[in-house]
Amino acid sequence: MTFLNVIYLSLLVLALFTFLLIVVLILTYLERKTLGRIQMRMGPMRVGFHGILQPLADGLKLLVKEDILPAWADKKIFWLAPIVVFIPSFMIWVTIPLAEDLVLQNLDLGLFYIVALSVLSVIGLVMAGWSSGNKYATFGGLRAVAQLISYEIPLIMAILGVAMLVQSLKLTDIVDGNFVTVTIDGHRTIRNLAGQHILPFAAIQPLGLFIFFVSGLAEIGRTPFDIHHAESEIVGGPLVEYSGIHWAIFFLAEYMNTFTISILTVLLFFGGWSWPEMPTTFLSVLWFLIKTLVVVMIIFWIRGTYPRLRIDQLMSFAWKLLVPLSFINIIITGIFLFYGWPFWSLTIMSLPFLLGAFYIIYKKSSSYTKHNTVQVYPAKWATQK
Amino acid sequence: MPKRVMDKDKKLTVKEASICLDNRGELLKSLLGQFFTDLVAQIGASIDEVTLTVKPEKLLQTCKILKEDPTFSFNYLRCLSIVDYISRMEIVYHIYSMENLHKMVIKTSVTEDSPKVPSVTSIWPASNWFEREGHDLFGVQFIGHPDLSPLLLYEGFEGYPGRKSYPFHDYDEW
Amino acid sequence: MFTDQNLDSVDMMVNMGPQHPSTHGVFRMILWVDGERIIKVEPHIGYLHRGSEKLCEAELYPQIVSLFDRMDYLSNFNNELVYCMAVEKLMELQIPERAEYIRIIMCELNRITSHLMFYGAYGLDAGAITPVLYAFKERERIQSLFEAVSGARMMHNYINIGGVREDLPEDFAKRLDNELDQVKKGIDECDQLLSKSELFLARTKGVGQISGADALDLGMSGPNLRASGILDDIRVTEPYSLYQQFSFGIPVGSEGDCWDRYYVRIAEMRESIKIIEQAIKIIERGPVKTDSTKFLIRPPKGEVYVRAENPRGDFGVYLISDGSTKPYRVKVRAPSFSTLQALPHLLINSYLADSVVILGSIDIVLGEVDR
Repeated sequence: MTFLNVIYLSLLVLALFTFLLIVVLILTYLERKTLGRIQMRMGPMRVGFHGILQPLADGLKLLVKEDILPAWADKKIFWLAPIVVFIPSFMIWVTIPLAEDLVLQNLDLGLFYIVALSVLSVIGLVMAGWSSGNKYATFGGLRAVAQLISYEIPLIMAILGVAMLVQSLKLTDIVDGNFVTVTIDGHRTIRNLAGQHILPFAAIQPLGLFIFFVSGLAEIGRTPFDIHHAESEIVGGPLVEYSGIHWAIFFLAEYMNTFTISILTVLLFFGGWSWPEMPTTFLSVLWFLIKTLVVVMIIFWIRGTYPRLRIDQLMSFAWKLLVPLSFINIIITGIFLFYGWPFWSLTIMSLPFLLGAFYIIYKKSSSYTKHNTVQVYPAKWATQK
Repeated sequence: MPKRVMDKDKKLTVKEASICLDNRGELLKSLLGQFFTDLVAQIGASIDEVTLTVKPEKLLQTCKILKEDPTFSFNYLRCLSIVDYISRMEIVYHIYSMENLHKMVIKTSVTEDSPKVPSVTSIWPASNWFEREGHDLFGVQFIGHPDLSPLLLYEGFEGYPGRKSYPFHDYDEW
Repeated sequence: MFTDQNLDSVDMMVNMGPQHPSTHGVFRMILWVDGERIIKVEPHIGYLHRGSEKLCEAELYPQIVSLFDRMDYLSNFNNELVYCMAVEKLMELQIPERAEYIRIIMCELNRITSHLMFYGAYGLDAGAITPVLYAFKERERIQSLFEAVSGARMMHNYINIGGVREDLPEDFAKRLDNELDQVKKGIDECDQLLSKSELFLARTKGVGQISGADALDLGMSGPNLRASGILDDIRVTEPYSLYQQFSFGIPVGSEGDCWDRYYVRIAEMRESIKIIEQAIKIIERGPVKTDSTKFLIRPPKGEVYVRAENPRGDFGVYLISDGSTKPYRVKVRAPSFSTLQALPHLLINSYLADSVVILGSIDIVLGEVDR
């Protein structure tokens, strides 16, 4: 590693950081506009044309805001916690490719690296909650730990399902391998079928997509799983004592995580920058980002529509529904790979389980509304006792 | 600060409001007359409510009969108010029966020097906060109440602002 | 939740202080929790105590109406109505029929706005950020009607002793028809958004249950009592004003949990619209206040207790007059005051995360709790 190499890599990391910051700024603006439209209002309109400069105004406000350090807080850990949350979220981006050759470091163990690092930010939340010296913060921190650790398992299993199909953990391979697999001489290889990419993994492993998306939503702590920083109950949870630039770093980490999960969804399940394959690198990056934008909009849409789940309902959803489903996903993927059946057999095998999961959820809620517990009686019955 | 205009400067005749009980009220009045003799309580009426005036010692017994007897079954305590007539303080209970759909008023009086009344929380749990508020604002002691800590006023407040004797217009410090 | 008797655990005290986004006003609740289960609740009120009852003893009778506006600040017309009915009963005043119909229309419109506010705030408590804006859009329509009638969106001082202050504007009936059409569609939309949503059902079904007998004992009234299965509506059992002429339904729940308390209010909004539609058809031209109120109001000596069905329950006014121009004693029976007494009963043995949902479902307004 020569000195020039080090300088070159640092510049690349800086460029990546800048790109991510710009993306986060755009995402904050998009979220406010989308949520506004869902709520029948317009969102930011004053700062710049239709509020385009709003994220800059937000960033400026957070920079000049007073950074309060509570008297009871443990100063060193209080200061460190946002950084511990932010750094793993950023380090994941070292290995995420935006196009075939546009990646900082194309690790062979790409998926493993991502999964390992994403768990690290949980420690940051606990540090934030504990060191704030506030009961609400402690509560929020513990809730965050419970939630995030529970949802790691289905997430990892869903990722494992995809890795099994592709027989590799390298992210660029997953995008390349997003098509039909065949057997040659009893060997499983990934072979291009007439050089065309036919179907993304979403069509082959719909169960995996569902598990990955829902666990991803829970991992980033978004509605309906945002109990740990629930606004109306424990007013921010572990982040309640943070203000100014420290809070901005938490904020940054959350939006970066949102973007990461969306990018991973598209990478793993929707063909990344392929499907269809674009002629130039620039167009494939653009196509990739457009697909990611659609997933991000879906995440915002869910935020605007649903109330949030209680912590024990969240945990029972993870452990009783998602974990068994993810194991079933792995088993049927294994069966599919072992017997070498055609690709649509995996779809057929996973669809019943997916529909079964939806049916269980539907049954639970319709048992509440089978008969309306509120009846309207004519008024004169009140006087006939 | 302008002084309060004393109405007794003008000699005006003050008339009393007339009583008009409806059918349920008349029936209730007669039933009450059968249950409670005049020694125990005085039965009257005011506009459209039947009133029963008892002494504080007989209060719990009366209320128990009124709640549990099926002819009355007054199971809903609507309101518990305290009124400060200068010579005495009157505690007024407005009760209602969900089954028989009739209503009435129970009144009892205490003096300002020793304002002690038995608490009816054992009969109607809904009176809990009403009695706390009464103690807070008027200084009436409810014997048997689980917790008479101040409800509406801040801790360390001196005086009983509900009473007529509380200085209302003469603020020295303002 | 599993609690091992051998484990040595300490209860934690959580203070949902006077400043909290979800306590619906300045209300302080101290909870002792063991893990996530609530063991003890201590509500603290009095942060909004303005001494309204004592103030009434120093004001002339017509001046007190604006005090009553501000007690339950979400249902102003209903409060004014109860006070004016109390004074009119003492004085044995006859109100012109047009004034009665106007009063009923305004009170029922106010019921709709109050329940819409409840709906919006309840969605926020459960975590859904969209219903509040849908609710406020409908509320704005009705508040513009209020502004046309009384000049103010909230503290109207419109229902006076002897009638109402002014007649309705000329185009009121047409405007009311238009707005009611939109409000009907809006209520259906609000219902669709939240009532049958799986996550909302999971948050509110089976949470904070109270039986009818317990609710009666603890003094609950209004929609809270009806949700626990007791069919009781003061507009029907002790009719006041001209409610006997209208045909409407009374929604009654059966489980007594948060969802029932929520849905009873949504159904009540629809019944209120029925009443308004019937009233606006039969209303005729005529005077809107009696002539006897041109002079100083001096009720005869006596006392009266009047109650009405407020959006929050059973609002009562106990008025004692000594024959002068100012009342001797005015005691206000606020429904939220009695309902708040039942809060410990509702919260004990439920989760901490449910405390906000339960507190939201009983729909208290601190203005009338503290007076």
